[in-house]
Amino acid sequence: MIQVNNISKKYNGTTVLKIDVLEIPKGQSLGLVGNNGAGKTTFFSLLLDLIKPTTGAIINNEIQVNTSEAWKPFTAAFIDESFLIGYLTPEEYFYFIGDLRGQNKADIDALLEKYAEFFNGEILKNKKYLRDLSKGNQKKVGIIATLIGNPKVVILDEPFANLDPTTVNRLKKVIKELSQDPEITILVSSHDLQHTVEVCDRIVALNKGEIVKDIQTSNETLQELEAFFAV
Amino acid sequence: MFKHFINLESKAFFRSASVGKSIGLKILMGFLVVYFLLVFLVLGIALYPILEKSFPDQKPLAIVNSFVIFWLFFELVFRFFMQSLPVMNIKPLLVLPINKQSVIHFILLKSLTSIYNIFPLLVIIPFGVYNITKGNYNSLNIIVWMFSMYVLALMVNYSNFLIKKKFAENIVAFLPFVLLGLVFFGLDYYGVFKITIISGILLDGLVTQPILALVPIVILVGLYFLNFRYLKTNFYLDSSLQSKVQEAKTSDLTWTKRFGDIAPFLALDLKMIWRNKRPKTVIWISLIFLAYGLLIYTNPHYKDTPAFFVVVGILMTGVFMLNFGQFVPSWDSNYYGMMMSQNIPMKQYLASKAGLMSVSVIVLAVLSTPYLYFGWNVLAINLSCAVYNLGVNIPILLFAGSYNKKRIDLEKSPFMNYQGTGATQWIVGLPLMLLPALIFFAFYKLVNIESAMVAIAALGIIGLVFRSFILSKIAEGYTKRKYETLSGFKQQEN
Repeated sequence: MIQVNNISKKYNGTTVLKIDVLEIPKGQSLGLVGNNGAGKTTFFSLLLDLIKPTTGAIINNEIQVNTSEAWKPFTAAFIDESFLIGYLTPEEYFYFIGDLRGQNKADIDALLEKYAEFFNGEILKNKKYLRDLSKGNQKKVGIIATLIGNPKVVILDEPFANLDPTTVNRLKKVIKELSQDPEITILVSSHDLQHTVEVCDRIVALNKGEIVKDIQTSNETLQELEAFFAV
Repeated sequence: MFKHFINLESKAFFRSASVGKSIGLKILMGFLVVYFLLVFLVLGIALYPILEKSFPDQKPLAIVNSFVIFWLFFELVFRFFMQSLPVMNIKPLLVLPINKQSVIHFILLKSLTSIYNIFPLLVIIPFGVYNITKGNYNSLNIIVWMFSMYVLALMVNYSNFLIKKKFAENIVAFLPFVLLGLVFFGLDYYGVFKITIISGILLDGLVTQPILALVPIVILVGLYFLNFRYLKTNFYLDSSLQSKVQEAKTSDLTWTKRFGDIAPFLALDLKMIWRNKRPKTVIWISLIFLAYGLLIYTNPHYKDTPAFFVVVGILMTGVFMLNFGQFVPSWDSNYYGMMMSQNIPMKQYLASKAGLMSVSVIVLAVLSTPYLYFGWNVLAINLSCAVYNLGVNIPILLFAGSYNKKRIDLEKSPFMNYQGTGATQWIVGLPLMLLPALIFFAFYKLVNIESAMVAIAALGIIGLVFRSFILSKIAEGYTKRKYETLSGFKQQEN
């Protein structure tokens, strides 16, 4: 589904990301782990064509992301709160994204109904603008908004950060369900090795912009990763 | 401590993403400043001889004293629209071991370096010197008078901040001041109540009794203290949070659906304008500017220069367009990354902005039709200006917008958030007003007034006919500069 060819990103001569080859087959759920500055967000930004690659290219379902925009209809992402529109209520935001993705109001309502438990009654019908919600609740809105319009590629940057323990468990359930679908490719980044190992079929560890581990998840994966990141 | 603040300020200026644009504007501003410095200096030097010649039976100082009150009023209005408030990003400083008071003093004293406080000096000093050399006054008394005049100017400086802060909450707060001033002016003009006499008596008294100079000084200190107290009570994050949490009003904007493809963006823009303080003031300013024509058309001075009416027409029908358009796409800077990764065709996004501005031009043009009272020419010029705005100025603004890299913080509390309420935003609009005025002038001189109107309207119509094509070209520019725009919008500024 996603092919990375010789991609690199340099800022003022410093290389922050350099991936020669990475192939993510359709339906896989991939976890990206690494320390701060490892290049996780840079990779996602390149994948979404938000920054310009220094060399190479990323191909998303046979579309090169920095030359065509045809990848946008089937790709959804939540990187940070800057993906939200602060002066809208959560409902208005969902309907707006729905409009952009060709979904009508009933479709959105059905989707929100499905994830009512995830929202824990704190999001909908609260008469609050997104800017007035807590960081955790904003994140819940952003994550569910990526599921609007049946995307084929879902990208979540640090989805577990800022969430309360209950919501983290619910989110894991949501991601696991999605990964059952052979049509959906999921990319999740995290600092938390355990969460990532639990929800992903495959783990890629980045360090200083390069891939240092690429493993299919098994019972030993967590130990292997913990050993790698141990001080 | 002040040394640190000055250091921070200069770094914030030179390291911001928009530094290129800022410096360009600063240079232009620099020229204007020099121009105004000269104008005021000439006024200061010429004032005494002119008054002496025109009113040989009165003392120039007495005349000036009686009109000081109106000068102060004019200065207040002028500063209200032109002077931007001193700003500083206080959040990172809140938890540091810095004395709050010194931050506030710094902000307040920084405003004294503003050029608007230099202008009055250029009039006061030459005029005072004339009085000493020619006017038979005790030089000490005149020096005290000059000093008090400057204190009055500084009073305006600090009153302006207080009023401007009120205005940020609510524009209506400023109207009573304007009305009050106009009422006094009217009463004086018709001789009902001569406020000029009171102003004259008070200030003449000041010349004979220098000790009275203490009064304005006390008032100035009082105003400074009021500003200080206001800033101090608002020097908390929660006081801005408090006013922020408001109950969400969901509005039914389904009627926008009839605009087809651009409907979601149009609805989004309307909500953006209505729910955020900053863009909302743009609406109020537009309505106030409709009255601008009254100032010009009633003045016989401009009767023979219809080219100037073009400037007025562009401004009146396009004031929303100018204020909104020059910040596209910065209005969406907070979530531009999301917009760029969503399924949004750039052209549609721009078309919705153009649509919104077009509606504003049409509405303002309709509202300005009562100016028919001043003659068919006025109405015809206004309408051709509206067409020119629709066809030419809107695409120009959108094109310029593709170079916008400066973030606008919609969500920042009104406290100290006055981005884009200074003189620069009007200067950016100057070429948009002057170009059609020049074209009009050329046709008016070479042929006649009708052909001049047709010429600018025709340019507008050409622009409208090719709008779709032009928007596609502009959209290419936005796509090309996407990465720079995104990285510029990431930078937080004060």
